[in-house]
Amino acid sequence: MSLQSFIDNAISPWMQEEGPDHDIVLSTRIRLARNFTDVPFPIVAEEEKLKIVSNWIKEHFNQKSFNQYDGLEYFAMSTLQPIEKRALVEKHLISPYLMEQEKESGVLVSKNEQVSLMVNEEDHIRLQLYFPGLQLDRGLEEAFHLDDWLEEKIDYAFDEKRGYLTSCPTNVGTGLRASVMMHLPALTLTSKIGKMVPAINQLGLVVRGMYGEGSEAVGNIYQISNQITLGRSEQDIIEDLQSVVEKLIEQERFARELLVEQSELRLEDRVFRSYGILKYSRIIESKEAAKCLSDLRLGIDVGYFKHLSRSILNELMVLTQPAFLQQYAQETLTPKQRDIKRATIIRERLRLEES
Amino acid sequence: MECEVCHENPATLHLTNYINGQKTELHVCQKCAMEKGYIESKDDAYTIHDLLSGLFSFNSNLSKQPGINKSNQSELTCPHCKMTYHQFAKVGKFGCAHCYKTFEDHLNPIFRRVHSGNTEHSGKIPKRQHVYLQQKRLIQDYRNQLKILIDEENFEEAAKLRDRIKALESGESSSDSNEEE
Repeated sequence: MSLQSFIDNAISPWMQEEGPDHDIVLSTRIRLARNFTDVPFPIVAEEEKLKIVSNWIKEHFNQKSFNQYDGLEYFAMSTLQPIEKRALVEKHLISPYLMEQEKESGVLVSKNEQVSLMVNEEDHIRLQLYFPGLQLDRGLEEAFHLDDWLEEKIDYAFDEKRGYLTSCPTNVGTGLRASVMMHLPALTLTSKIGKMVPAINQLGLVVRGMYGEGSEAVGNIYQISNQITLGRSEQDIIEDLQSVVEKLIEQERFARELLVEQSELRLEDRVFRSYGILKYSRIIESKEAAKCLSDLRLGIDVGYFKHLSRSILNELMVLTQPAFLQQYAQETLTPKQRDIKRATIIRERLRLEES
Repeated sequence: MECEVCHENPATLHLTNYINGQKTELHVCQKCAMEKGYIESKDDAYTIHDLLSGLFSFNSNLSKQPGINKSNQSELTCPHCKMTYHQFAKVGKFGCAHCYKTFEDHLNPIFRRVHSGNTEHSGKIPKRQHVYLQQKRLIQDYRNQLKILIDEENFEEAAKLRDRIKALESGESSSDSNEEE
């Protein structure tokens, strides 16, 4: 499969499935950081050293399959156009950091885009797996299987005392970052989320706004992930995260019920106004689009719309980002032109639902 | 809404100030907001690495105490990737796997702060590379269980477990006969 066809097909196949608790949890990600034992880490390594890593990955894993993750394909960063790289970032298949690396960096992606293995990012290997909905246990299990499969061919940098050795001290030990992406409109609307964050932080977990800068959560989408990687087993880390996420789900559902009960007309008004904007606007900035999409999705979840599918939020959040808009337009667009294109895509997408 | 300062770009930053009950609003674009110092540019943002290098310098202050040779300290260099401790403290990242051994004496305070007091790994072990290590952990686990069994005075089970540990230690694999009751 060419890169073109998978960018044209902007929504990853796994995103179209509905996972557990999908009314609130959009996706689960498991990331493992690993390094080769005798190659210096990318921040200091010379190009020829990093070539050992990228060649090794290509030789042993390119065009291979592992269980349901078939058709693994390697893309070298140096061979991609800036806009193609941007699109990979917007799909979360690579990090913004990898996009800027020229030296022997690349990514190995499975056909269903559930697995992406970044090569020569901050570490030699950053293995990532995505799942729809809340699936931390399954995610960890499958990440471990893949990790074992890679390790059959790679000598990992591992120390009995410190665990998996990574370039940054914040990743050493398990090298695990588990994150859950959640849509929390009701907790945001009632300002409850701000009060819950400090307590969550105390458990060694972090709450971040997604798609936005800093702590602001554009589209009411938050990412909850572990910060501590040393001294706790992967299972313990996942368990803590799971319990916090379950608590947030419970609270969000409760807040939604309360909203519907106490201010139904105001909520309905807000949701339908946003629907109107999405359906009829000709120019829309990304922030406004995200806000309206969040409202619309809440409206779908509480049952105001029967004919719209839930996946619309995830889908349009991806599609209305700059690189995909330009891909769609087949040309480079100024911010103003993007706002026009964004409005067009949203209108077209909503029309599809109605037909 | 356009920016109130340059009147060119759309205003993306909306500031509301209350001074003595008096409300003032300001609508500016990203560029003007940065120039006027309402927000920091991305480069200025405080990163995890700034935070870390703070920890590192705290660490090197300790080593400046009398009795520790300062010049030796500054020359501490990883033999494999040539990263010096000074560089490590500055960038907050290791240059290679061997740096962990080179800077070993300085790492515990750093890890403790970053990982809530933890300094040692207790998680997955590479499957192929560390068969012996897994064996070691398994024996440790069995030993812990054994202690509990003895405390509970469950001597029958404890004896079985002790045999299993012995078998593992003598290098037999944990399969077949050991598994049978």
